[in-house]
Amino acid sequence: MHIPDGYLSPSTCAVMYTAAAPFWYVATKKMKKELSTRMVPLMSIFAAFSFVIMMFNIPVPDGTTAHAVGGTLMAIVLGPWAATLGVSIALMVQAIFFGDGGILAFGANCFNMAIVLPFVGYAVYRIISANAPPGSARHWLGGAIGSYVGINTASLCAAIEFGIQPVLFHTSNGTPLYCPYGLSQAIPAMMLAHLTVAGIAEMAVTGGVIAFLQKTMPVVMTLRLGREART
Amino acid sequence: MKGTARLFIGLGILAILSPLGLMASGTAWGEWGVEEFSKMLGYVPQGLARLSDLWKAPIPDYSVPGLGEVSGYVLSAFIGMALIIIITWGIGRILGQKLEK
Repeated sequence: MHIPDGYLSPSTCAVMYTAAAPFWYVATKKMKKELSTRMVPLMSIFAAFSFVIMMFNIPVPDGTTAHAVGGTLMAIVLGPWAATLGVSIALMVQAIFFGDGGILAFGANCFNMAIVLPFVGYAVYRIISANAPPGSARHWLGGAIGSYVGINTASLCAAIEFGIQPVLFHTSNGTPLYCPYGLSQAIPAMMLAHLTVAGIAEMAVTGGVIAFLQKTMPVVMTLRLGREART
Repeated sequence: MKGTARLFIGLGILAILSPLGLMASGTAWGEWGVEEFSKMLGYVPQGLARLSDLWKAPIPDYSVPGLGEVSGYVLSAFIGMALIIIITWGIGRILGQKLEK
């Protein structure tokens, strides 16, 4: 889901930076207010986890590959705003040092994976786990289902960003200038990859890590108790 | 926080296992390079060709120059995680409030 440079027109990239900017702004404000320095090591760990989990490419039946992101997991443990910052940092390191995802497309990639993904995933988790006591199975179950919805919503966003390119940006004879595949190709391809393998991987990672934390480090799962009312 | 060390060890294990991600040989949808485009389409979209090498990453595609594919991938995982931890830690120290326990 890391859109490289060249697939989106510069104007699309500008729009996506503009869409992401207010989320980055609010996220830093929120962190200033809510983040205690004791949570910083965990934030680093989950951002690094998101990075490394994205390196586990999984084959998709159509010959392409996809991967989990871990953004919903971070949102559940540290809050969606922390997830926005954490995943954005992971995406920045991927773009700058490893050429994974473009520099112009960084706003779009953050919008999809660091904003849409954790917020949607977290919202679904909150609905499923509402009023569940700490340690309840509804936490890991809600996390798993939420992360599945989150990564698929994100991939739909990416597919739309890809798919509008050939309609909007082409030469006078109709040859696409950027991503040559329209919505009718981008949406099924992206959704196939994420409804199947990447979504399942994301569910397993999110549900598995939450269940693990509940069992071995329950304090990590209750960090946000009392803060949730304010988010 | 107690137990954080265990999570760091977990990250190290994931980095060592990361080359499993190399077994999937294809490219992610929408992440093809210029050469793959000329093979797939017979041409490279003009704008795409112009912007695609805007930025030269020091470790492109997680392959460290001079190292094998697998060892380069593992080293990339460690380098990337170290950078992310340093950056996140730095930002967290600046933004976070010191709360006494």
